[in-house]
Amino acid sequence: MSEVTGYRRPYPGTQPDYLFPRYASTVKRAPTKPLIVLPQTLSELTGPLFGHDDVKPSDADLTKQHAGDPLGERIVVTGRVLDENGKAVPHTLVEIWQANAAGRYPHRNDQHNAPVDPNFSGAGRTLTDTEGRYRFITIRPGEYPWRNHYNAWRPAHIHFSLFGPAFATRIVTQMYFPGDPLLEYDPMYLCVPDEKARKRLVSTFDWETTIPEFALGYRFDIVLRGSDETPRDVSPGE
Amino acid sequence: MSLYATTSQTVGPYLHIGLTWLIRENLVGPGVTGEPVTIQGRVVDGDGKPVGDALVEIWQANAHGKYAHPDDKQAKPLEPGFKGWGRAATDDNGVFRFTTIKPGRVPGPGGKLQAPHIAVTVFMRGQLKHLVSRIYFPDDPANAEDPVLKFVPAERRGTLIAKKTGAKGALEWNVMLQGAEETVFFDC
Repeated sequence: MSEVTGYRRPYPGTQPDYLFPRYASTVKRAPTKPLIVLPQTLSELTGPLFGHDDVKPSDADLTKQHAGDPLGERIVVTGRVLDENGKAVPHTLVEIWQANAAGRYPHRNDQHNAPVDPNFSGAGRTLTDTEGRYRFITIRPGEYPWRNHYNAWRPAHIHFSLFGPAFATRIVTQMYFPGDPLLEYDPMYLCVPDEKARKRLVSTFDWETTIPEFALGYRFDIVLRGSDETPRDVSPGE
Repeated sequence: MSLYATTSQTVGPYLHIGLTWLIRENLVGPGVTGEPVTIQGRVVDGDGKPVGDALVEIWQANAHGKYAHPDDKQAKPLEPGFKGWGRAATDDNGVFRFTTIKPGRVPGPGGKLQAPHIAVTVFMRGQLKHLVSRIYFPDDPANAEDPVLKFVPAERRGTLIAKKTGAKGALEWNVMLQGAEETVFFDC
């Protein structure tokens, strides 16, 4: 059995910097001093594990959390969680949250003048299966305005939070929808220079998971850092 | 490498909707041994204002220095009441708190033992990727020989070491995003 000795460094251009002034809130929240490179130790190569005690199957259907059906277009969101070596990441917790069909979150800080949907909370979670697959049923989220710049609108998106096998594989990201005209104006989507990396945040329409006469399918695969199989110097300062 | 890791994106301002179902501020279950500690802190932005929409997660070994994870192959006891993971959201004053135990020492680079520490991730609107830091413990002689603290300039190490606040086991550790007291953040 191979022991994980470390996780790969990000490929240049594929991960954002902390300071990205086009996204205005980064200016007062980004560290100003250089990060210290941390050798990956047992503390970073291990991480929390979750199980079926933590989630129930109904947590993955966001359309069945209230007495009535939420408004909007029902969709199926599926994908695989893999690592950079192409290996499935099984039994890992996937948490999602999103706006309702009108582009409104049921949150005290969301003052957007669009209706709250009493039948939609917008939160879901599941565990990936043995092949790294996950599946949610939800509704297509609406676009909504924000105050980053004049006439700023967020493209439709779903937030994803994943753990993977280790502290070092933790990631929060966002899934977008194909053909959204707002993407090319969105500072968050544009936060990395690598265009291919950005496009990987956009889900693809998927006939295979589309349910006839019920819901369109969208596919979004998520790749976590992969273990570095070649031995690396774990003490960069020495 | 055949694939590239997915690009990180911010949790945004409405993170509570998706993430607070699993708030875990008390890590200590029945039968857990070790020195009890409470860690309270504030998250503060570059204007000195509290960050009321941050999420702090912690990960630590048990009092024996063993992680509840299959890749920890050390011959040390696990305790069923201690998983070692916590999650807290900040309140309007930027305050978060955890109740836990001081972890034991775990191996670091070159097999040298690390000083007791807690690994920390911080998420918030205005950060396109999460921050990584560590909490160390005050007055622990092992801090002087810790192989990770060694990488940190001496004048900044204090930002990683929690402070005693009076009551037994009460500690304070803040996340200062910017400024003279800016917390040390890691690239791991």
